Amino acid sequence: MNNEMPWWASETFWKKTAIWVTAFMFVVLVILTLDTIPQITAGSERVPAYAVINKHIGYEFNDERNMQVPVIGGDAPLFGKKLSEEDAEALVSHGKKITQGRNCMGCHTLLGNGSYFAPDLTKAWLDPGWSSEPEREALMIAFLMNPEENARSFGSGRVMPNLHISEEEAKAVIAFLKWMSSIDTNGFPYNFTVIDKES
Amino acid sequence: MKLNHLNGGQQLAVKYYTVAIILFVAQIIFGLLSGMQYLVPDLLLGVLDFNVTRTIHINAMIVWMLYGFMGSVYWLLEEESKTEIVGLKLGNIGFWLLTTAVTIVVLVFLLIQSGPGDDFTRWFINEGREYIEAPRWADIGIVICMLIFFYNAAATFMKGTWSGISGVLVLDLVALAGIYIAGMFYTPNISIDQYWWWWVIHLWVEATWEVLVGCLMAWGLMKTLKVDRKIVTTWLYIEVALMFGSGILGLGHHYFWIGTPEYWLTIGGFFSALEPIPLVAMVVHAVYDAGARQMKGNNNPALAWLIAHAFGNFFGAGVWGFMHTLPQINLYTHGTQWSASHGHLAFFGAYATIIIAMIYIAVPYIRGQEGIGSNLPDGGWKWKWSLGLLNLGVVGMTIALLISGYEQSFIERAVGGSTWYGYFAAQIHPWFVQGMEWRMIFGLVTAVGLVLLIWDLLTIGKQKQA
Ligand code: HEC
Ligand code: HEM
Ligand code: HEM
Ligand SMILES: [Fe+2]
Repeated sequence: MNNEMPWWASETFWKKTAIWVTAFMFVVLVILTLDTIPQITAGSERVPAYAVINKHIGYEFNDERNMQVPVIGGDAPLFGKKLSEEDAEALVSHGKKITQGRNCMGCHTLLGNGSYFAPDLTKAWLDPGWSSEPEREALMIAFLMNPEENARSFGSGRVMPNLHISEEEAKAVIAFLKWMSSIDTNGFPYNFTVIDKES
Repeated sequence: MKLNHLNGGQQLAVKYYTVAIILFVAQIIFGLLSGMQYLVPDLLLGVLDFNVTRTIHINAMIVWMLYGFMGSVYWLLEEESKTEIVGLKLGNIGFWLLTTAVTIVVLVFLLIQSGPGDDFTRWFINEGREYIEAPRWADIGIVICMLIFFYNAAATFMKGTWSGISGVLVLDLVALAGIYIAGMFYTPNISIDQYWWWWVIHLWVEATWEVLVGCLMAWGLMKTLKVDRKIVTTWLYIEVALMFGSGILGLGHHYFWIGTPEYWLTIGGFFSALEPIPLVAMVVHAVYDAGARQMKGNNNPALAWLIAHAFGNFFGAGVWGFMHTLPQINLYTHGTQWSASHGHLAFFGAYATIIIAMIYIAVPYIRGQEGIGSNLPDGGWKWKWSLGLLNLGVVGMTIALLISGYEQSFIERAVGGSTWYGYFAAQIHPWFVQGMEWRMIFGLVTAVGLVLLIWDLLTIGKQKQA
C-alpha cells in the first residue's frame, strides 16, 4: 500500500485553492456589479428616469423577449401636474421614505421581496383593482388614507390597518408606485392583467 | 452562578449565550403571533400589526444568532489560541453596549413602530428594509461592537498561536462585518437599494455565515469526537473553496426580477444550483467522522445537534433552496410561501442547530464537569425530547408552508397573474388556509420543544450521575 498523501488530499493544496477561488469569484462579482449598476441607475433603459411619472405606463407582451415588459407611452402627468426630473425625483424619494418609515415591506413585497401577508406592490399602479385609469388616482388616494373603510379583502377578513397617511403623503407614495411599475423586471410578475384604459 | 473556574473568554461567552436564548424565546413568541394573524386577521390590529410582529420575529432571530456566533467564538478563543484573551474589559463593554442597543431598538419597534417619511425616521425609528429594519444609529453601534469583537479575536490569536481554523475564522469575520456596510445607505432607487440589500442578506447567510459555522463545526467535531485536527482543517478549506466558489456568484438568484439585466438569469441560476455541493460535503464529513468513531463522544446532546446541523443545512439550504433557485420556477415562487418554507428550514437547520450544539458543549464546563455522559439519571429524556420536538416542529412548519406555497404559486402567480384579486384568490383557498393552520400546530410543537430545551440547559448534569 502506498502511504503517501496524494496531492489532492493535502491541506496546502486546498488552502491555496480556497484562497484563489474566493478571490477570483469576488473579482468577477465586482466586474459584474460595475456593469450592472449603470444599467439600473434611474434614467437607464431598464430603470426609467423619475420623470416617467409624467407618462402613461403600460405592461404589454413582447414577442421578441417572450415576456411582458413595461411600455412608456404618451403624456399622462400624475395628478395632472407635469414635473421636472428634479421635482419628480424629490416626490418619488419622499414616497419611498414613507414606505420605509411605515415599514410597508413588513406586510407587502416590493419587486417580490419582503413579506407575504399582502399583495405584491411591483405593479400596484397597474392593478385592475383600481377600476379604470380615469378613476385610479382618486381611488388610490382614498385607499391609502383610509384602507380599513375602503377594504376589499375578498372574503379573507384581512385588512390593511390605517397607517395615518395624509393626502400629501399618499400622493408621494403613489408617485413611487407609478415609477416602480415602469421598471423592467424581466417579466415578473408573470401573466399580470392590466387595468382598463377606459371606465 | 459562579463562573470563576472558566477562562475570561468563556465567562463572556456565557453572557452572550444567555441573551441569545432570551431572544430565541422572543423570536418564537412573535412568530406565533404573526402566524396567528394569518388565521385571525383582527388579532392585535392597530396595536401590534403584522409588520410589527414579523419584524420583531426575524430581527430577534438575526440578533440571537449573531449572539450565538459571538458566544461560540469567545468560548473557543483561549483554547484555540492557547493564550489568555486580549482586551477582555473592552469585550465586556462591547457586550453591554450591544445589549443596550438591542433593547432600545426592540422597545422602539414595539412602542413607536413607525414614523413619517423623513431622515429622522430612518436614523432613529425604523429603516423599513427587511432584516435590517434597525435604524441607522443602531447599525453604527453594531459595527462598533463587531469591531471590538474582531479585535478580541484577532489580537488574541496574534498573541497566541494561529491555526487553520482561526485563520479562516478571522478572515471570515472581516468579510462579515464589511458586507454589513453595503446595507447602510439611502437611495430613492428601489433597484439599486435591493441590489446592495442582497449583498448583506445573501452574502451573509450563503457565504460568510456558512463559513463561520464551518469553523465551529470543525472545532465541535474535534471537541466532541476527538477528530484529528489535520482532517477537519483540510475539510474546512475544501468547504470554503466550494462555498465561496458557488455562493458568491449564487447571489445572482436574487437578481432575476429586480430590474437587473437578463444575464443574471444565467449566472444566478447556474452558480446557485451549485451551492448544495459544499453542503453535501459537510454532511459526508460529519457523518463519516461520527461513524468512524462509532458515535462515541463525551457529549451526546452536542453531537446529536451537530448531526442535526449537517442534515438541516443540507435539506433547508441545499434541497429547499435548490427547489426554487432556477429562474424558470422562481418566476412563479418568488415572494410566496415557498420562500417562507425555505427560510424557516434553512435558518433553523443551518444556524439554530449549531448554536444549540455549541451551547451544549459549554454547559458541562459551566457546571465544572468534563462532558455529558450517556448515563444521565433521567435517561436524558429532556434533551432527547427537545431535540425531537424542535426538529419535528420546524420540519412540520416547513412542509405546511410548502403546501401553501405550491397552491399560491399556481393560483396567484401562474393563473391569477399576481394582481390584488389574484393574491386573495390564493389566500382564501382551503389548501392555503389548511397550510396556515398546520403551520400554527407545528409552531406550537416548536415552542414546546424550546421550553424543554431551556429546562434541560438549566438542569442537565446538576444531579449526581447514576
Ligand atoms: C399590517 C400590514 C400592512 C402594512 C404595514 C401595509 N399594508 Fe398595504 N395592504 C395590506 C393588506 C392586508 C392589503 C389588502 C387590503 C384589502 O384587500 O382590503 C393591502 C393592500 C394594499 C394596496 C392595494 C393592493 C394592490 O395590489 O394594489 C396598496 C397599494 C397598499 N396596500 C400599499 C401599502 C403601502 C404603500 C404601505 C406602506 C405605507 C402599506 N401598504 C403597508 C397590509 C398592509
Ligand atoms: C443556510 C443557508 C440559507 C439560508 C439561511 C437561507 C435563507 C433564505 C431566506 C430567509 C430567504 C427569503 C429572503 C426574503 O425574505 O426575501 C431566502 C431566499 C432564497 N433562497 Fe435561501 N437560504 C440559504 C441558502 C440557500 C441556498 C443554498 C439556495 C440555493 C440553492 C437558496 C436559494 C434561495 C432563493 C432562490 C431565494 C429567493 C426566494 C424568492 O425568490 O423569494 N438559499 N433564503
Ligand atoms: C414557532 C413557530 C414559528 C412561527 C409560527 C413562525 C411564523 C412566521 C411568520 C408568520 C412569518 C412571516 C411570513 C410571511 O411574511 O408571510 C415568519 C417569517 C420568518 N420566520 Fe418564522 N415562525 C416560527 C419559527 C421560526 C423559526 C424557529 C425560525 C428560524 C430559526 C424562523 C425564521 C423565519 C424567517 C427567516 C422568516 C422570514 C422568511 C421570509 O421572508 O421568507 N421562524 N415566521
Ligand atoms: Fe440567496
